[in-house]
Amino acid sequence: MKTTSIIKREQPHLVGYGTYVLVWGALLILLGITIAVAKMDFSNFSVLINLLIASVKAGLVLMFFMHLKYEGKFLKGLVLLTISALALIIALTFSDVWYR
Amino acid sequence: MEPTPEDYSGKYHIDETGKKIGMWFFLFTELLFFGGMFLLYSVYRYRYPADFHAAAKGENLVIGSINTAILLTSSLSIALSISAVRKGNRKLSALLQLITIISGLVFLVNKYFEWTEKIFRGFYPNSPVMMEQNKGVILFYSLYYVMTGIHGLHVLIGIAVISFMVAFTLRGAIVPENFAKLENTGLYWHFVDIVWIYLFPLFYLIT
Amino acid sequence: MENDSQRELSFYEEGGKGILSWIMSTDHKRIGIQYLGALLSIFVIGVSLGLIIRLSLISPGWLFGAQTYNEIFTTHGILMIFLFIIPGVPVAFGNFFLPIMIGARDVAFPRLNRLTWWLYITGAVIAALSLFIHGEPPDTGWTFYAPYSIKTQANVGLAVFAVFILGFSSILTGLNFVTTIHRLRAPGMTWFRMPVFVWTLYATGWVQMLATPVLAITLVFIILGRVFGVGFFDPSKGGDPILYEHLFWTYSHPAVYIMVLPAMGIISQIVPVFSREKLFGYKAVALSALGIASVGYFVWGHHMFTSGMSDTSRVIFSFITFLVAVPSGVKIFNWVATMYKGSITVSVPLLFAMSFIFLFSIGGLTGLIIGSLAPNLHLHGTYFIVAHFHYVMFGGAGMSILAGLHYWFPKMFGKMYKERPAKVGWLILFIGFNLLYFSMFVLGYNGMPRRYFDYPSKYFTGHLISTIGSWILAAGLIIIFGNLMRALFRGEKAPANPWDGKSLEWSISSPPPADNFSETPVIRDISY
Repeated sequence: MKTTSIIKREQPHLVGYGTYVLVWGALLILLGITIAVAKMDFSNFSVLINLLIASVKAGLVLMFFMHLKYEGKFLKGLVLLTISALALIIALTFSDVWYR
Repeated sequence: MEPTPEDYSGKYHIDETGKKIGMWFFLFTELLFFGGMFLLYSVYRYRYPADFHAAAKGENLVIGSINTAILLTSSLSIALSISAVRKGNRKLSALLQLITIISGLVFLVNKYFEWTEKIFRGFYPNSPVMMEQNKGVILFYSLYYVMTGIHGLHVLIGIAVISFMVAFTLRGAIVPENFAKLENTGLYWHFVDIVWIYLFPLFYLIT
Repeated sequence: MENDSQRELSFYEEGGKGILSWIMSTDHKRIGIQYLGALLSIFVIGVSLGLIIRLSLISPGWLFGAQTYNEIFTTHGILMIFLFIIPGVPVAFGNFFLPIMIGARDVAFPRLNRLTWWLYITGAVIAALSLFIHGEPPDTGWTFYAPYSIKTQANVGLAVFAVFILGFSSILTGLNFVTTIHRLRAPGMTWFRMPVFVWTLYATGWVQMLATPVLAITLVFIILGRVFGVGFFDPSKGGDPILYEHLFWTYSHPAVYIMVLPAMGIISQIVPVFSREKLFGYKAVALSALGIASVGYFVWGHHMFTSGMSDTSRVIFSFITFLVAVPSGVKIFNWVATMYKGSITVSVPLLFAMSFIFLFSIGGLTGLIIGSLAPNLHLHGTYFIVAHFHYVMFGGAGMSILAGLHYWFPKMFGKMYKERPAKVGWLILFIGFNLLYFSMFVLGYNGMPRRYFDYPSKYFTGHLISTIGSWILAAGLIIIFGNLMRALFRGEKAPANPWDGKSLEWSISSPPPADNFSETPVIRDISY
């Protein structure tokens, strides 16, 4: 009666060593760029540029290291949903902070 | 995606995809958890931009950059270890996981030096030196300790979990047909890495 | 019982006896029963504290002083909200029926499910410790508003830690349920064939996952503030107390939907069964659960209209608040439309379900009054609010727990209860409830502030009626639970399907066998 059944998993995409090393290289280059940007003087834009670079780095980690690129629309959609939920919370709080 | 009827023939399921989805859901909750801290950071930085810029000068950019590189590398090695185990190379996988653990430990040691250096200068929450600073500076350091502290706690938990994974891998409990444990550990570690990717510019690069 | 050996063993018999076979079991049904037991015990303590609060209010000072009063209403709030009504429906009925209703044998992560129960018990024990160990019990109210919660000498730190643990338990339950619904539906159980109760648990699971972490980090800030003097909400250190309210209500408003959504799911199960009709507008009811969850996630600011928030923000939050009324209205109209021209059996579960619809409508509509800016300035912080949320929590979620208990009692315990005492108990409860809480609407409208220990004599009549109502309500509860206790020990054996229900849990024996289904069901049509 009590048997075990295995739900066959769709074998996820097997990423080769080379891809990972390339992504890692890109991440380190971006790290270098972000430090260089901070050293130069872009006044207020500096933070914005650095956050953009950080988002590109985070995107690389998400897509390749965390395999999101190879996942279905379902999971991609949910990740987007969660990020937008957080963004909306911050935006609504700022509707108070900005205008107070 | 949908399971088929024969998948349900027994009472206990081994559902690798289900486990992975569960882990992603857990990371969503983690994102909102850290989100609360980033919310506070953004509000207070908006209120006290000058103080934040001044306070960030007290951060050590060299250690911060090295730590970022270390964490990125540790992410690489844990990602490689999953590919290794799936190609049937258990020993290589365990070695790569060990590299991740060591990187994590080095990261924490660097963090320890950073923290103690600040504490020796008298910069810690509620200290006499701190209470004389501008309000924005107080908030900057409070945020610094709380955010890097909770991030460090996550690194520590990750190190503990990966230590178990090394044992599982060597014992043969993580195999090409069943590697959800290691995969989920990797997802967690990458997430912690992403948090740091954002912490780094927010604390070290806003001078 | 001629062929006793042929009879299927229920999960009570098959899983073994003894305490360990219960507290270490990973069977979702056993976990559900244990949660139910724990919840109802907390409920009894919470009700008793509520009665004491009411008793004190007919003549302030004769029972205890103001500080004790603060401690008692705080404890009443913490118990009822964090330990009873937020876990409430999902952990008890959700655990028991979610896998059965989608034709699965257990939840996706049975051991994680076990862990949530242990976390829940740990949280309960720590909350109890905060009352009894050295120092004073928490006196902040259940909202732990900063900076007072950071400065008070009372044991707020422990209570906050307890809530943190409970939040973790809640997150894991939500995660488990959502994964279960995604992965373990039986063949043919497509999304739009799922019972509405499952839909509401799904929406609730998402709210639990996306909202609770925000509370967790907020509570961490309080603990850090108390232990290390981190001043995120302390103006003398540059902090902003209103940000605490933002973060707190970012969780605690969606928490209302964690309480009410699955409650609505129960009602959506009961109404069609006793009206002999299919649920009117099934898709609309199912999707409105997601609607309520997603819109309700962004309305937290209406708790803060008088806190000193910006005007822009107040207008935005007031507007979104009105939007939530739309999917809620969809549900109410569809339940009523289901009953219209149905052949209605006035049974106990339906009575509770109908009182849910009635009381929740009052709670919801008064919510619109205080959701609009101008009346809110007058009513905020008065008994009007107290009445409003008791109509929503107790009249809504509480009534649906009683409805679900009477609906599923035969399935969970395999025993039938007596109809007549249950109906008498329901009537008394209903009368007592309205006396108790409706007089609070009047009191609040006339300006009686909430949380106050004392009041001018012009409010005396209102308080007296309210307190008398609390006694009637308690009498009703005693009859209801006495009747169920009697049934538990001496009730007749329940048939598999006493109500002629159509969802899957009625297709298996009462109480269910340990494996739920001997053969995996294949679903071909929607039948409810």
